[in-house]
Amino acid sequence: MLEPSDLVEPNEASVPGADAQSMERELHEPGASTPSYKQTFDQAEPSAMENETIKLEVEDLKLYYGNDQALKNISLQIPEKKVTAFIGPSGCGKSTLLRCFNRMNDLVDSCRIEGKILLDGENIYDASVDVAELRRQVGMVFQKPNPFPKSIYENVAYGLRLQGVKSKRTLDTVVENSLRGAALWDEVKDRLHDNAFGLSGGQQQRLVIARAIAIEPEVILLDEPASALDPISTLKIEELIYELKDKYTIVIVTHNMQQAARVSDYTAFMYMGDLVEVGDTDTLFTNPTQKQTEDYITGRYG
Amino acid sequence: MKHWLKSGAPWVWLNGGAVAVCMVMVVGLIGLIAIRGFGHFWPADVVQMTVVERDGTSVAILGEEVRSEVVPAALVRGAGYNVPEAQELVTRYLVKQGNRDINARDFNWYLDVGMSEWQKPENAMVIERREWGNFYGFPVALLENGEVIATAQDNTFWDQVQQRVARSVALHNEIRHIEKVDIGRINHKLERIRLDRRGLELDGADSARMAEADAEFSALRAELDEQYRVVKAERDELYRQLKRDTLKAQVVDGQAVSIALQNIVRLTRPNAMGVFAKMGQYVERFWEFLSDEPREANTEGGIFPAIFGTVTMVIVMSIIVTPFGVLAAIYLREYAKQGPVLRVIRISVYNLAGVPSIVYGVFGLGFFVYFLGGSLDELFYRESLPAPTFGTPGLFWASLTLALLTLPVVIVSTEEGLSRIPTTIRQGSLALGATKAETLWKVVVPLATPAMMTGLILAIARAAGEVAPLMLVGVVKLAPSLPLDGNYPYLHLDQKIMHLGFHIYDVGFQSPNVEAARPLVYATALTLVMLIIVLNLAAIRIRNSLREKYRSASD
Repeated sequence: MLEPSDLVEPNEASVPGADAQSMERELHEPGASTPSYKQTFDQAEPSAMENETIKLEVEDLKLYYGNDQALKNISLQIPEKKVTAFIGPSGCGKSTLLRCFNRMNDLVDSCRIEGKILLDGENIYDASVDVAELRRQVGMVFQKPNPFPKSIYENVAYGLRLQGVKSKRTLDTVVENSLRGAALWDEVKDRLHDNAFGLSGGQQQRLVIARAIAIEPEVILLDEPASALDPISTLKIEELIYELKDKYTIVIVTHNMQQAARVSDYTAFMYMGDLVEVGDTDTLFTNPTQKQTEDYITGRYG
Repeated sequence: MKHWLKSGAPWVWLNGGAVAVCMVMVVGLIGLIAIRGFGHFWPADVVQMTVVERDGTSVAILGEEVRSEVVPAALVRGAGYNVPEAQELVTRYLVKQGNRDINARDFNWYLDVGMSEWQKPENAMVIERREWGNFYGFPVALLENGEVIATAQDNTFWDQVQQRVARSVALHNEIRHIEKVDIGRINHKLERIRLDRRGLELDGADSARMAEADAEFSALRAELDEQYRVVKAERDELYRQLKRDTLKAQVVDGQAVSIALQNIVRLTRPNAMGVFAKMGQYVERFWEFLSDEPREANTEGGIFPAIFGTVTMVIVMSIIVTPFGVLAAIYLREYAKQGPVLRVIRISVYNLAGVPSIVYGVFGLGFFVYFLGGSLDELFYRESLPAPTFGTPGLFWASLTLALLTLPVVIVSTEEGLSRIPTTIRQGSLALGATKAETLWKVVVPLATPAMMTGLILAIARAAGEVAPLMLVGVVKLAPSLPLDGNYPYLHLDQKIMHLGFHIYDVGFQSPNVEAARPLVYATALTLVMLIIVLNLAAIRIRNSLREKYRSASD
């Protein structure tokens, strides 16, 4: 397995904190910047999926909402301690696929699934799997920040309390480490017991990430985590994703192709429930093999 | 004109008008009740005058003017009064003369024809008595054990009278305390001994066991009897002291009367009082109304037992209805499979809110009181049978009936609250590995508490004002004691209670003395309205603080 340092960074501009201004500009004019992509990504060396440890494996997954098929024969591998991005136009099934990884789709009555998803070689749709236990291993952060109506401290401690942790000292340590891990500690350390709703949107989203990493999952699913945030907060979340991949396998759904290019190691492009193309981010953005992918990333549709 | 119609201004006026009408009605209602209710406690001046009776004789009268009205002279002539031919309208005054023991009627109408000037004699006094209502008259002398110690001409006469009235009121309260608390406790224990013995009999204890128990019981009983003798001696001594003073007085026509001081609640001279003294009096009388027990078939004294009964009943009802309603709503919204069956159940629950309340009363009496209560008595209170314990209307059954009545309100608002919780919050909890139940209890239910409080507020408002079903399941005209006292088990759920709503009905329509009761109806209605406002404000405060806590979650 490769250490993160062995990998060549996708591009200089995507290194968090490198150039906030240029990032902001890009965020404000998403469609216009496509040509510059090719330039930037040309220099990147491709890294191959074969060298990775596979954390999650999707085998021939079909998902139906009632009679409508939302996912068609998806097969995909997600490498460990890497960031994998799902891109594609609205309604292409990328969020649905993401929600399959922690079985959030179970909450939808009409949803039916065929095929397998293997987490470390075990099928998570096996009847013997404890869904709550699975979700402890596979954490999730949603599009809109959704802190609980509790204090900041209690939000982070929520998952641990569920597991029956009562020791004040353990909780204190985990809360601090998680908030530090989510780059929020310095901003909230003086008001841990204030209501979480007092935080700004970006802070709330980082709080939610802290809440997710507090229970030490192996995989973190991010469902458009920055789409409801302003550019500065988006930048912070992206920096955070970059740091988190040292410890966690990250899967991110995003509408923002620049974001996918900046933060991810691998990218999967989906269209109308099909997985069109998957590959390492640089190759996919600079030299897509499918016409559909190229059309999408160059802004011809989507 | 067309332009004006199009501008939307007529709609604004129409809407504004509707609001104005509502405001006028609310303010008018509260205003009427408040004026009539509050006015009752103001010490009115006592007037003296001579009037001409039907047969032409002149009589002197003394009393308070209650109200006046103008009637056609013909009507009065028809009733036998002598009114000059030229006069077409006659004013007549309703005067409260009191002295029911002497005059038989304490409220009388008098015509202004032939009426003398009104005088307000300084030394006219009003005595509120424990029996026979108010006394209006003039003082003559104060007697101690039959000896005159002061006459009305003495400078210190009023001070002495007031001192002695205060003394006798204090003694009276002491006696009442002894009777209610000390003797009540002894009686309660004696009753328990009787029930314990009866319980042993029913359990089929053999004669040896019985004899042993009897020995124990008679020892206890002897001890209690001894305690009773001590307390009774103390009480008798107080009674003897209480009998000491008498007040000699005369009514306006000169007839002499003697009034035992033990019979006096309050003695005032309204004509000699300034505005501030009257205000003091006002507050005192208002407080007495709120804190005292009723006298004279509820037409005098206070309404404390009714306030207490209403509040206790509403609290017990809230304790019953909240968990039931909340649990039912959670099941309906979160667990039950949405479908036609659930729709039928939901419609039935919602329609329960529209069932006339007296129907609940009938159900409560038939099912709760006779069936459930009867069964409870058979099972747990066999020793006191045939006297029923729970098999008779009482506080618990009244609360339970009202809980049933208000259940739909709580269910509907809780369901609404639950459905308003954003799914993202639920998913956030589930994504952290919480089970559905954990998510529900740790995140969803706390967020729905403001909605539950809204339901409870509506339930309280409805329950506190309900009268009809209560008449069947536990509310009475006069309850001998409060449902809460110092004897185990402290809160007596089987006891009958008094209730403000029923009190209004009782005083207003079942009272032997309509004129005396009239202001009390308003005052009691005012108290009921204020009580409901206070209960609601308390609940609204709690709800708002909860809302503040969970503010932006439902954005």
